[in-house]
Amino acid sequence: MFSLEGLTSIIHEWLNGHLPATLALLAEFVIVGVAAIGLFAILGLGLVWMERKVAAVMQIRLGPNRLGPKGIFQTSADTVKLIMKEALTPSNADKFLFNLAPFIVIIVAMLILVPIAFAKNFQIWDLNIGVLYVTAVSSLSVIGILMAGWSSGNKYSLLGAMRSCAQIVSYELSAGLSIISIIVLTGSLKISDIVASQENGWWIFKGHIPAMISFVIFIIAATAETNRAPFDLAEAESELTAGFHTEYGGMKFALFFLSEYINIFIVCAICATLFLGGWMPLHIGSWAAFNHIMDYIPSSIWFFGKTIFLIFVIMWFRWTFPRLRVDQLLNLEWKYLLPISMFNLLLMTLIAIMGWHF
Amino acid sequence: MLEEIAITEEGDLIINVGPQHPATHGVLHLVLTLNGEIIKKVEPHLGYIHRSIEKMCESLSYRQFIYVTSRMDYLSAHINNHACALIVEKGLNVEVPQRAQYIRVIMDELTRIASHELWWSAMAMDLGAFTPYFLAFREREKINVIMEETCGARLTMNYMVPGGVMTDLHPDFQKNVKAFIVDFKKTLHEYNELVTGNVIFQSRMKGIGYISKEDVISYGCTGPVARASGLRSDIRKIAPYDIYDKVEFDEIIETGGDCFARYQVRIKEMSQSIRIIEQLIDNIPEGDIQAKTKAVLKLPKGEFYQRVETARGELGVYIVSEGAAQPYRIKFRSPGFSNLSALDHMVRGYKIGDFIAAMGTLDLVIPDIDR
Repeated sequence: MFSLEGLTSIIHEWLNGHLPATLALLAEFVIVGVAAIGLFAILGLGLVWMERKVAAVMQIRLGPNRLGPKGIFQTSADTVKLIMKEALTPSNADKFLFNLAPFIVIIVAMLILVPIAFAKNFQIWDLNIGVLYVTAVSSLSVIGILMAGWSSGNKYSLLGAMRSCAQIVSYELSAGLSIISIIVLTGSLKISDIVASQENGWWIFKGHIPAMISFVIFIIAATAETNRAPFDLAEAESELTAGFHTEYGGMKFALFFLSEYINIFIVCAICATLFLGGWMPLHIGSWAAFNHIMDYIPSSIWFFGKTIFLIFVIMWFRWTFPRLRVDQLLNLEWKYLLPISMFNLLLMTLIAIMGWHF
Repeated sequence: MLEEIAITEEGDLIINVGPQHPATHGVLHLVLTLNGEIIKKVEPHLGYIHRSIEKMCESLSYRQFIYVTSRMDYLSAHINNHACALIVEKGLNVEVPQRAQYIRVIMDELTRIASHELWWSAMAMDLGAFTPYFLAFREREKINVIMEETCGARLTMNYMVPGGVMTDLHPDFQKNVKAFIVDFKKTLHEYNELVTGNVIFQSRMKGIGYISKEDVISYGCTGPVARASGLRSDIRKIAPYDIYDKVEFDEIIETGGDCFARYQVRIKEMSQSIRIIEQLIDNIPEGDIQAKTKAVLKLPKGEFYQRVETARGELGVYIVSEGAAQPYRIKFRSPGFSNLSALDHMVRGYKIGDFIAAMGTLDLVIPDIDR
């Protein structure tokens, strides 16, 4: 019900009816690309606005409230400002790498979008290794960040990039392990299978305590991987001014900024897919009537609702906690999160083998 | 040129923190020698906001020079003025009316609270928490309004004059201050809940930036920095001025010597300031607000020294007078300068994040260091 499958199949059939097969495929590529970029823009603007509003609520102030209702056009105006700005390249920067870095970061962010299911039967490509693809591609963004930090010719940038690398590489482990603990239950890496397996309840409820532990670990690791406070050491305003993107301005900076928010969206979307059922409505076992009522809410609303809730949680962290120190950050990962998630994975495997989950 | 000396022969990285840097809260320039994340040396370079206030004071009369001193430690403007007023009164042997003394002490303590609040917010921001900044500014705003009503200024107040205070209190003063006290007692609890009890915050502060009592003495640190290392240094207790000897309050002493001890001292000092204000606010005696002084003040020939406890530590004013209407030489001993000198000792061997935390707990006001 309310799936977007109809829409996509109508477009597909219309294109195939009017164009040769090859051209129709190309046209579909273009449509998907434009839609992805459009989604990027909307998400970027929307999430920046949301962050400012969340921050304002936390900090007893109003936030943007001048441009449009509740200031929703403020971020658009800021984007226009950033586009108008001169794209400076510092004189002692490595010009090629300096200009390449923001594109690598943004392309990586765009690539991860591929297997995410936004609604029932509405995803760009339902890879059979969907989750593995996401973890593999997301680690590429380190290259962009390191490139940006190194090529800037700024010591603050270099320090920020180094910190960022250490952080992302280490937190990927526990993020990966908590993803695996759900894969153990689903038996498939395909996003559509993972979502389908949660038809009679979300994994966070069905997987007992280990699922909750891996949910918490995933949220922490996701916050760290996206370089958000309290793990924003790569930027660490009071220490490194702006970390790896200190030297960037104008649209090049905007690309970093945009990719940060897209990455938040993606990790929250993955988290929602794995633990909270993706676009799957809230179903409870055999309560047929309840499940039926829940089905009336469109699947895209379920997906975006869950994702935005998780994004809110991550923003909440940012505006509440102080920043960790670099060694504390790595201690947290290697001494606490990694052993816990390994043990958790064992426990989850036991549950899956014995069939104790619901 | 800079590239050549950026990395030393031992392979250490040299970075400039400041003069424009978010954590220095002003135009302070610190040259850090780093080995990876570890700090090997911190070298402060001063003078970016030097306005030669001491020299300016030498060409101003004893009534005028007070106004310049509000611009030194602008967060303790009242207390700076107080020190200058006291030294002129000392030189002229003027008896300040009781009412003026009460008002001065209340104003000092309000300033101290406002200053500590700003420090608390900036400190939390240095550690990466943004929200405390707004919480503290909400309370500080109330003090600013009280100040504005009575003194006409919100930041660089010029309210204390030789012989007393400039004008009488605003009629609403007592009411507003009492309302503020009631609010503040609630919000102080909120501060502790949000920041003091936070695990991340405590792990960033405990055991960081240690300085021993002996080192505190040898570096000449005063104020909360010294008291956090167990040194009794509160001028309000050691050499009471005005009516500080009549009010009851505790000198906060911590023995930790680390960032967390310095943090605790300031947080507890805010409660003590409230205690002082509570004792005085209902008992302000009626009477004159200024002693009768001559139109042109001339300090007798000689040397004069007066020290007061600002929010940052001991502020000393030293005047050499030749008997003229202007001081022959004036020297301010500012707390920030001496406290900054201990920074290098505090943070050697710690990490960049610790350096920021330690600098935050020193509560530096750059115009106070440079003058």
